[in-house]
Amino acid sequence: MARVLGLAEAVADLVHDGDTVAVEGFTHLIPVAAGHEVIRQGRRDLTLVRMTPDIVYDQMIGAGCASRLVFSWGGNPGVGSLHRFRDAVQNGWPRPLEIEEHSHAGMANRYVAGASGLPFGVLRGYRGTDLPAHTATIATVTCPFTGEELTAVPALNPDVAVLHAQQADRDGNVQLWGITGVTKEVALASRRVLFTVEEVVDTLEPRPGGVVLPSWVVDAVVEVPGGSAPSYAHGYTERDNDAYRAWDAVSRDRDAFERWLHETVLDEVTS
Amino acid sequence: MTGTGQPWSTREMMTVAAARALRDGTTCFVGIGTPSTAANLARATHAPDLVLVYESGTIGAKPDRLPLSIGDGVLAETATTVVSVPEIFNYWLQPGRIGVGFLGAAQLDRYANINTTVIGSYDDPRVRLPGAGGAPEIAASCGEVVVVVAQSRRTFVERVDFVTSVGFGDGPGHRERHGLRGRGPSQVITDFGVLRPDPASCELVLTELHPGATPEQAREATGWDLRVAPDLRTTEPPSARELEVLRAIEATAAPRAGAAP
Repeated sequence: MARVLGLAEAVADLVHDGDTVAVEGFTHLIPVAAGHEVIRQGRRDLTLVRMTPDIVYDQMIGAGCASRLVFSWGGNPGVGSLHRFRDAVQNGWPRPLEIEEHSHAGMANRYVAGASGLPFGVLRGYRGTDLPAHTATIATVTCPFTGEELTAVPALNPDVAVLHAQQADRDGNVQLWGITGVTKEVALASRRVLFTVEEVVDTLEPRPGGVVLPSWVVDAVVEVPGGSAPSYAHGYTERDNDAYRAWDAVSRDRDAFERWLHETVLDEVTS
Repeated sequence: MTGTGQPWSTREMMTVAAARALRDGTTCFVGIGTPSTAANLARATHAPDLVLVYESGTIGAKPDRLPLSIGDGVLAETATTVVSVPEIFNYWLQPGRIGVGFLGAAQLDRYANINTTVIGSYDDPRVRLPGAGGAPEIAASCGEVVVVVAQSRRTFVERVDFVTSVGFGDGPGHRERHGLRGRGPSQVITDFGVLRPDPASCELVLTELHPGATPEQAREATGWDLRVAPDLRTTEPPSARELEVLRAIEATAAPRAGAAP
């Protein structure tokens, strides 16, 4: 049964140094406020997992939380590069970042295998590319029925998933809708699940195409209105495209980034 | 062409040529940036029944403004259906249900192999790029692939530093040996013209030149000895209607900050 907690308490309880953490969200429903709380609590040596690391991962990497990144596309969507990510990969600042790199199809199938309780996922992918030569978690498997050679990728089972949704009820059942990305798979693949939500409601009204994760697969729910900003929560908040553009300038310069980190994240007091 | 007195820019010509590559009624897996602009231009002009599929899981998106990213809310609001990311790759892309894959590139070589991963060595890169995203499987599984990319010696290289997405590999038979099911790149559309693969050698050949450009300029902007087709055609310049719609579409998107990729 999920507990309804405050943000600081939920992060302290569920996210530990050295954990493999999936802060997911596919452009939509990115739990940025929770990511900032992880920075404030000074977590270190995290393996950050995410298909599309964007600016909240750029911030967590720049703040020194991460030692590894497992991903398939790292950029500021529609704007350009992640400069803190680049600085960590190219210059080891503020600390070296080891990377494990996949395609979207590969990552999606790693989560599916994780959610399914299987040791690996299978797909028709990666053939002829240079990715298998640089990524130890890409292998081949022969179909036992046809003899066809396919790609195998190991299941991803993060220690903790940090996710954002539109609504939860007071029992901790969670509902999200719109672009749902890999949220369901990540929640079911992870050992612990923390959801921030726009709103805690008395009763969840089922939405067409909505995803409901019942309370018993969720550990903690935290009400954080606007907690996905500058990404968006369909039906609640709009994507702040200007913030994504503005991040480009802040993140290019280490000093500007450190000023931003102190002014925006570290000096902020939350519940 | 800029500097030649034409009433349109080379980038506008490239986008219009890319839009024309999309036939009405086909299904197109769209990347963000120029491919998305071109796909939306096609849908607003000659291809009203073009089905736009984005990797965020939006199938049949009909945005009335340019999305800033592949997960923009306008795509979900206007789509025929919205599916999960595992579903878009496993059920829709992998079995070959998508006709055209529309991709950009940071580097491209004579066999239309694409790099969006690193410039320089993988372990000590000069420039770390965003990475693969959906592109390797789009390039492998769509019926055909259209690449749209501005042409320069930095981009059009003898050998890509990293094969993120396979074009024709090292030449004839490569795609078949790797079991790639789509036909591969059918056109590479640039700000100078259009390149198509030679059916025998799979090497890209300049088959079309945009008005105002010369074959020498295109060869000068290419890092390998670019072949020019003997029957080189000239691209039809953008029509007044194409330019009007393109500019109206671009006016709905704010300018991009900083440097791509």
